[in-house]
Amino acid sequence: MTGRRKAGDPTPAHEGYGFETRMIHAGTPPEPITGARQTPIYQNTSYVFYDVDHAASLFNLQTFGFLYSRLTNPTVAALEERIASLEGGRGATCCASGHAAQVLAFFALMEPGDEFVASNRLYGGSITQFGKTFKKFGWHCRFVDVDDPENVRRAIGPKCKAVFVESLANPGGVVSDLEPLAAIAHEAGVPLVVDNTLATPYLCRPFDWGADIVVHSTTKFLSGNGTAVGGCVVDKGTFDWTAGDKFPALAQPEPAYHGLTFAETFGDMAFTTHQHAVGLRDLGATMAPMNAFQTLLGIETLSLRMERHCANALAVARFLESHELVAWVACAALESSPYHALAGKYLARGAGAVFTFGVTGGYETGVKVVEGCNLISHLANIGDTRSLILHPASTTHRQLSDEQRAAAGAGPDVIRLSIGLETVGDIIADLDWALRGAAT
Amino acid sequence: MAAELRYDDDDLRALLGRVRTIAMVGASPDWNRPSSFAMKYLQEKGYRVVPVNPRAAGQEILGERCYAGLSEVPGRIDMVDIFRPSAEAGAVVDQAIALKAEKGIVAVWMQLGIRDDAAAERARAAGLAVVMDRCPKIEYGRLHAELSWGGFNSRVISSRRRRVRIA
Repeated sequence: MTGRRKAGDPTPAHEGYGFETRMIHAGTPPEPITGARQTPIYQNTSYVFYDVDHAASLFNLQTFGFLYSRLTNPTVAALEERIASLEGGRGATCCASGHAAQVLAFFALMEPGDEFVASNRLYGGSITQFGKTFKKFGWHCRFVDVDDPENVRRAIGPKCKAVFVESLANPGGVVSDLEPLAAIAHEAGVPLVVDNTLATPYLCRPFDWGADIVVHSTTKFLSGNGTAVGGCVVDKGTFDWTAGDKFPALAQPEPAYHGLTFAETFGDMAFTTHQHAVGLRDLGATMAPMNAFQTLLGIETLSLRMERHCANALAVARFLESHELVAWVACAALESSPYHALAGKYLARGAGAVFTFGVTGGYETGVKVVEGCNLISHLANIGDTRSLILHPASTTHRQLSDEQRAAAGAGPDVIRLSIGLETVGDIIADLDWALRGAAT
Repeated sequence: MAAELRYDDDDLRALLGRVRTIAMVGASPDWNRPSSFAMKYLQEKGYRVVPVNPRAAGQEILGERCYAGLSEVPGRIDMVDIFRPSAEAGAVVDQAIALKAEKGIVAVWMQLGIRDDAAAERARAAGLAVVMDRCPKIEYGRLHAELSWGGFNSRVISSRRRRVRIA
């Protein structure tokens, strides 16, 4: 803002505030009763009604308000609004984990017997969830190589209800070409759903490229400190659920709410209202208020952390690329990456901090490197302040077939890194130490 | 495609603060219709909402007598809220313009999805405030931090302590 404020000037519009401001302020005005500036942790299950009519209005979704924390909670709602603001969405629904977010998102879109198309290079846990567990709901996933968006077009059948990709895939440094993928999904009358966990809205905003729904594991860079497991589904609010007969949960009368139709009654809020009022009500995978609070705290420093995460990761990737004991490095930030150009388009501020490399010597050497680190923690998570290392083939991607592992960039020689915020020279020295130890 | 509609939050706040009586054209006697949701909510917030709907004329909706047309509503009307398709909105706007002086009407509001730019222009020329493609319930909730309770992006940022009535 420039110039002096004059009496009668309008309050600055939300759109006028920058990303960093919204990181700290969106969803969290002062609590009006006490004036508490930091968001209170509403550690309670339920909320007193004024009278029977008020209770009925809440149960009927006629008024705004809290009913029961399985559906909504004030601390969780603050986080939902903040993530919705940062992604540029209409609304968001937080839930127990990133996996819960995926179940919740598809729950609104899919009926038994329906299909969706997904990238074959997703995080291994997603491949297992989509390929195996979703079958029990009668939901069928067709995995394709989305590097050629035409593969997606060919895989979309009449029962297809969504296209699902990761903006930046975990772990192989794969960047999805969101713009043509959104166009193909929309031609087929289905939404593009994007897992934006590894990029975070600071590095990539999928809605700007045509995506309709964004899912997050908030466990990772959003909370940022490895303290709180959580997930989030964000709706852009622009997809027309009533076109065609594809989305009866949103466009047909809902018997459990006296026949109201979500798309008609709630307009651009239909998806998020459904996620709370039906999805969380019946699936029950609710986020705990304390986890929401910790994630709100984490997001307050998101931009600062992501800048350092990316800078440290690039320095480590460059070091590894020049290391005599490293066979290859798959990091979209490197010029050598086939995804470097896509990263320049979709991840202009940095290509994240999770990437893989391969050691000469294969599986045995890989295990020795992981076990030889002193500073870098050997564990199954990403997006912590701490640098993390993992051998996917023996851990996160263990449930997959050899073929699936190879497609997901998690072959036997692959090591995954999530670069943290420590002194970058110390991270590099630790890896150098572990690599040299593995070679002897 | 028509230009995106933008309304200043302070203008909406001022309008919703100034209005007391709302004539809701297209109010449904069916409690489970969107108009009924909006009417009930606005009543809770202290507005008097008078339903206008020729098919429900003479009936009582949420404690208020329903009238066949705007001209039959007795007494003052501050704002006309239009729950009719865009194609029918213009005629309602013209009635509001004609009744402006008699009823003291200051604003016409067209609901979410309802828009008639030519009618809006006529209303503005007649000195009426105009809002289109919005819902007064949603806007009231958004500006009073209630929409946020459902996980929605209110687009409101403020570090001022909001004054709330503690009754």
